[in-house]
Amino acid sequence: MSPEGVEGSDLLHGAILYLDGITVSFDGFRALDGLSLTIDRGELRCIIGANGAGKSTMMDVVTGKTRPDAGVAFFDRHHDLLAMSEADIAMAGIGRKFQKPTVFTNLTVRTNLELAMRDDRSVWRSLRARLDGEQRDRIEETLESIGLHLLADADAGTLSHGQKQWLEIGMLLMQDPKLLLVDEPVAGMTHQETERTAELLVSLAGGRSVVVVEHDMEFVRSIARRVTVLHEGRLLAEGDMESVQNDPRVVEVYLGTPC
Amino acid sequence: MTSVANRTVASRLAGHHDLLVTGALGIAVLVVPILALTVPEGSALHLSTFSVTLLGKYLCFALLALAVDLVWGYCGILSLGHGAFFALGGYAMGMYLMRQIGDRGVYGNPILPDFMVFLDWQELPWYWWGFSSFPFSMAMVVAVPGLLALVFGWFAFRSRVNGVYLSIITQALTYALLLAFFRNEMGFGGNNGLTDFKEILGFDLQADATRVGLFVTTALVLIASYTVTRGVVSSRFGRVLVAIRDAEDRMRFLGYRTEHYKLWAFVLSGVIAGVAGALYVPQVGIINPGEFAPLNSIELVIWVAIGGRGTLHGAIVGAILVNFAKTWFTGLLPEAWLFVLGALFVMGTLFLPRGLVGLVSRRER
Repeated sequence: MSPEGVEGSDLLHGAILYLDGITVSFDGFRALDGLSLTIDRGELRCIIGANGAGKSTMMDVVTGKTRPDAGVAFFDRHHDLLAMSEADIAMAGIGRKFQKPTVFTNLTVRTNLELAMRDDRSVWRSLRARLDGEQRDRIEETLESIGLHLLADADAGTLSHGQKQWLEIGMLLMQDPKLLLVDEPVAGMTHQETERTAELLVSLAGGRSVVVVEHDMEFVRSIARRVTVLHEGRLLAEGDMESVQNDPRVVEVYLGTPC
Repeated sequence: MTSVANRTVASRLAGHHDLLVTGALGIAVLVVPILALTVPEGSALHLSTFSVTLLGKYLCFALLALAVDLVWGYCGILSLGHGAFFALGGYAMGMYLMRQIGDRGVYGNPILPDFMVFLDWQELPWYWWGFSSFPFSMAMVVAVPGLLALVFGWFAFRSRVNGVYLSIITQALTYALLLAFFRNEMGFGGNNGLTDFKEILGFDLQADATRVGLFVTTALVLIASYTVTRGVVSSRFGRVLVAIRDAEDRMRFLGYRTEHYKLWAFVLSGVIAGVAGALYVPQVGIINPGEFAPLNSIELVIWVAIGGRGTLHGAIVGAILVNFAKTWFTGLLPEAWLFVLGALFVMGTLFLPRGLVGLVSRRER
């Protein structure tokens, strides 16, 4: 089944991610309730919503961790995400950054980037893999752009929280995904680190599509062009920051409550 | 370039251990035959056949520990059933040795081993076919444990069985095999197992020279296995294993089929354990279901923990030292050994989280 058959093809023109009617239930609780969402190519989208609104579940569905009970999910027009494994989805071009920075703590910063690098992932290949000059240059470039070139040979476990977040962003750069899902990138960061991260994310978009889930409204305001509000597993509102903020339903369920 | 510099530092560090391990084993290969065979018996330097066999046993355990360290130390798969692969390799070798007895058994049957005659069996079961051939038996030493590891690992890793659950089912696996091999109907000698071996490849198993030959073979196999596993953990494959140990989910989202990596590491480990068992049996002269005992598999994990997990050479050091201590201590106070082993494990975990080799070098991978 192709997404064109599901909806008008003009709607999909330029869409990198297409979700329609996604429903996920856990023991009777509907984490997602017929969620439909389209992300355009090159777009930087922020998704906000209270705890339990379904943000993380949405990411789990897109990355193959959770299988929905109903709905369709297509990536880059022809990849049916619901029929693919996590590894296949990652190789097709969806990268994910978790809320808690997860880097490989017992490997060096450089090795972390090496493992993330887009390359043949087969067991046989990994036994004989050697970095060529081009790949080595790419790693060096990425080290520079995330500002960790002086710590390249340090164990990732010795990095500060903010440095781990950047290393993870660096790993996503190496993975070179077409769509990047970023879960609360600035949680626990200092003000300076937050600004730096905002710059990084904005520079990432354009070349690729980025979806950011974030609680920090200040941060969302600083980067977002388009904001989607989720509530109880459904899409509540969508638009630019200003119109969303002034939407009475949004004010009632989310922005109105102190957070 | 910093990356090149780093690589040479890393390889020099690793090379340092490699030189020590292969050097020490290489010296043993040269010196043990001289001390055992050419130094006269009365001399203080003479090595008795008993000691040679004991050393050979330690090296078999070192090989087994190496196998466990590959999956546990590098990939975080805490197998508490590696004794099963060891015992299966041992049984494959035992079957070959049984067939070499020929008509020299108590009952003098040229085809059937004594225990089958005793059970009134008329013909050799089909799964004993081929074991009169040494090459076939050696192929089985590799294939049987390897196949079990492949099938078991395929189901376990595909179903994402992890951590303590995996440890428990590996214990169940070895316990199930223990019960099965106890049964006479299985055709592996039941409770008594396989024993009374006469010769291997035409060499008398009681002869000093054969014992020395078995020791030398074990040492050479250990050197080869150490070199292979070191190569594996130094490759990108090895770095993927460590990454899976640290954060398996993250590796999946990077596009790695983590179950494939775990499976092949597990199979390689199972094969090494099987080879260790095959080298062990002709030296101790018996294989029985007791080798499947769950306790054995737990004990060998302790050797690795005490030596230093995730280092390879630590596993070898741990296996040899703990077993040396065991030999010494069981001579002194046989009942107390398990308490000593338990105490060693607790103290090691508390005070030497990086094991004995962690004492020597502070930083290694």
